[in-house]
Amino acid sequence: MKQLTFDAVVVGGGAAGMSAALELDARGHSVLILEREDTLGGILMQCIHNGFGLIEFNEELTGPEFAQRFEEKVSARNIQASLRTTVLDIREEEGRRVVYAVSPSQGMMRIEARAVVLAMGCRERNRGNIRIPGTRPAGIYTAGLAQRLVNIEGYIPGKDVVIIGSGDIGLIMARRMTWSGCKVHAVIEILPYPSGLTRNIVQCLNDFGIPLYLSHLVTDIYGKDRVEGIEVTPIESGALMHEKAFKIACDTVLLSVGLVPENELSRNAGIEIQPTTNGPWVDSMLMTSLPGVFACGNVLHVHDLVDYVVEEARRAGANAAAWLSGYRPSREIRIKTGSNIRYVLPARLNPERENRLYMRSLVVKNDARLEVRLDGNVVRSRKLAHVQPSEMLSLTLGPEDVAAAGRDSVVEIALV
Amino acid sequence: MEQYDVAIIGAGVCGANIARKLSQYELDVALLEKEIDVSLGTSKANSGIVHGGFHDHISTLKARLELQGALMFDRLHEELDFPFERCGILVAALHEDEMRAIEQLYLQGVENGVIGIEMCSRERMLELEPKLNPDVVGGLYAPSGGILEPYRFVFSLVESARKNGVQVKTEFEVAQAERDGEFWQIQSKAGETIRARYVVNSAGLHADTISAAFGAERFTIAPRKGEYYLLDRTTKAKPSRVIFPVPTEVSKGILVIPTVEGTVLIGPTASPAQDKEDFATTRDQLEHILHSARMMVPSISENDVITSFAGLRASYGNDFYIANSEKAPAFVQVAGIQSPGLTASPAIGEYVKDLLKKAGLRLVEKPSWDPYVHKVPRARDADPYTLDTLVAQDPAYGDIVCRCERVSEAEIVKAIRAGHTTLDGIKYYTRAQMGRCQGGFCTYKIIRILMRETGMSWDQITKHGGNSAILKGSL
Repeated sequence: MKQLTFDAVVVGGGAAGMSAALELDARGHSVLILEREDTLGGILMQCIHNGFGLIEFNEELTGPEFAQRFEEKVSARNIQASLRTTVLDIREEEGRRVVYAVSPSQGMMRIEARAVVLAMGCRERNRGNIRIPGTRPAGIYTAGLAQRLVNIEGYIPGKDVVIIGSGDIGLIMARRMTWSGCKVHAVIEILPYPSGLTRNIVQCLNDFGIPLYLSHLVTDIYGKDRVEGIEVTPIESGALMHEKAFKIACDTVLLSVGLVPENELSRNAGIEIQPTTNGPWVDSMLMTSLPGVFACGNVLHVHDLVDYVVEEARRAGANAAAWLSGYRPSREIRIKTGSNIRYVLPARLNPERENRLYMRSLVVKNDARLEVRLDGNVVRSRKLAHVQPSEMLSLTLGPEDVAAAGRDSVVEIALV
Repeated sequence: MEQYDVAIIGAGVCGANIARKLSQYELDVALLEKEIDVSLGTSKANSGIVHGGFHDHISTLKARLELQGALMFDRLHEELDFPFERCGILVAALHEDEMRAIEQLYLQGVENGVIGIEMCSRERMLELEPKLNPDVVGGLYAPSGGILEPYRFVFSLVESARKNGVQVKTEFEVAQAERDGEFWQIQSKAGETIRARYVVNSAGLHADTISAAFGAERFTIAPRKGEYYLLDRTTKAKPSRVIFPVPTEVSKGILVIPTVEGTVLIGPTASPAQDKEDFATTRDQLEHILHSARMMVPSISENDVITSFAGLRASYGNDFYIANSEKAPAFVQVAGIQSPGLTASPAIGEYVKDLLKKAGLRLVEKPSWDPYVHKVPRARDADPYTLDTLVAQDPAYGDIVCRCERVSEAEIVKAIRAGHTTLDGIKYYTRAQMGRCQGGFCTYKIIRILMRETGMSWDQITKHGGNSAILKGSL
């Protein structure tokens, strides 16, 4: 078995992993990226539409173009990346952090690293997760799998399509399937508002006349060998209106019903996972409950934009580097969620440094106010024209905001 | 025309056991299956349990075969390649009234000669299974009960039978049969004809149709549906033993089953199916499963559900119907095999062998018979050093195709070379696509490997044969 030693190992070579690795490298630490696919870039590689990079690069790029910019920096810096490599285990052996990984060319690798950055991304929720009854024929795919099949493998998974859920990948695929000569009959969303970004509703559905059924539930899937159709039932005042149910004939069902951070590796390593995000609990350094193990990107919480992912990952990489150099925060303040907030990340803030906070609303609301309260007193307040659960909010708090904090102080974030 | 001593119709768990048993003798045997792969009917969608031998009285054929079959699994496990574990079975009573039924089961188990069966207090039950509902008042423990992967069991039996000379003919759907001297002449829907001296009808749900086609007894198999939920291996609700509620008149109830591969299965329901193709799950029944399973293990969460599915029981009367036909010559009926059919199946193989002998089949043992099959190493079972060795021998063991169930490319290639050329066949053989992402990440990789290994084109890739094409066009 191959034995390796690095200052830091980054698990996952997508946008988050590359971004974190660059920061570690820039601060003089040896770093190894472990990536299970044949190339770096992660899921960006199948996102051939544009709209990436508006914040990061101030221009509109496709997914592969965005990935390429990072990949070029990684190769220019000679950062080592082991491709087609699957991480099997993160353990502690005799007080050392050890990562076990396997690849066809290297066999098993035992890698000792003082710091580990988790950047494994997320997976799509599937039919079983949302418990749609009916038969189990061919023709039911997650939107991301369909995207891979069309954009990279070059196959069309079906001709008459219904999309369940209005997540961004589903919306993008509605347009992509239409461009490929398929008929997209409808997008069905259980909630009274779309789950995807507004710009995607406009550009991917409205521009192509694809109907979006809000407050509708898919209550059955028919078909023996291949999908033949679905049953859709409207929801009114929270109740299923069975007498108003209708059928849509189709040969394909694509699911875009949410993403879940992929934390099985983290769980097995004994890292504490938050039920609200399905990602690790992290402190002000984006460090998990295991000392020296950091998390960033979609494995930490699902982001709307890759631009936010790389920003967060830079912090995780820089923090991991600081940690390797011996930095430890002298004090941290607990952050808690107040009214109408689903979650806030991280769970702690450092009163001596600048803190970037990410959060999501539980409600759709116009003219909202985001309040930061220190022990009940409002220390910051920001007006927001519109908030909705599908659009992530962020906020930066510095030492001046929490100057009055005592030993047991708590910062609360609320939407009013 | 191909000519056989015995043709077995239906390659489910009964047909596979019968085929392997007969492969021990100097016989030409054909195993006929209408689907594209074996084990795609009732044998793939059931609880995967080796029962404890206390649910039915020894006066019934099914109890006798269950008791005999249950004892045969350790040896089969050693010879073949399927996961099996005697984890034990608990029957939990949630009310004092239910303890009377528990006592009845216990006495029946003792009378049946079940080894190690015991009555349990509340404290004993919670010690045996801390995940149980704390309201449990007591119950029954049968330590010999176990769990296995039913399709892997069938695949391995078929592999062993094939290795010992049995011809396996998939996509052979029997259309008609007629007597021709000492032979049965059997024609498939596709027009192929074979001849066989003896025929075994182990056609599961379709045993009634087959019986009619051979002019044997008229009876009706009524499909009874069982729906299940599968929970992710990360669930906090995974018990260490199979948990049964107190049974009712019609069924053994909704069980909580720790599968031998680490996931959790909850179910089955019991409701009449519309027809023999009705594999649809229903909202009401699925709600019922969650509700009932939580009565046993309260920590079961719908967040842990990764998929649902339904299987059909081939129900006919209250007992198995295994006998030489009284109407058709050289024709053995193996019908109405419901629970505990999987447990009983190895004994059914022996029993049918004896029936054939009684009907005049000459059995001469084959000296070259080899009971063993090669056990395929699985990446998920390998420790780091073993996996390192495996990769050194075959680099494809280092390519983890299915991340959720940790299945390597090497295992997928082995499945394809063993004849499993559909996505479902590969899934049941390897577990790839069976985990929490349900194929979201690995389907395209499996399609690539399948095309590379078989030379199939994209439009030949199916989920389970027939019209179940995965792809509808190429760019």
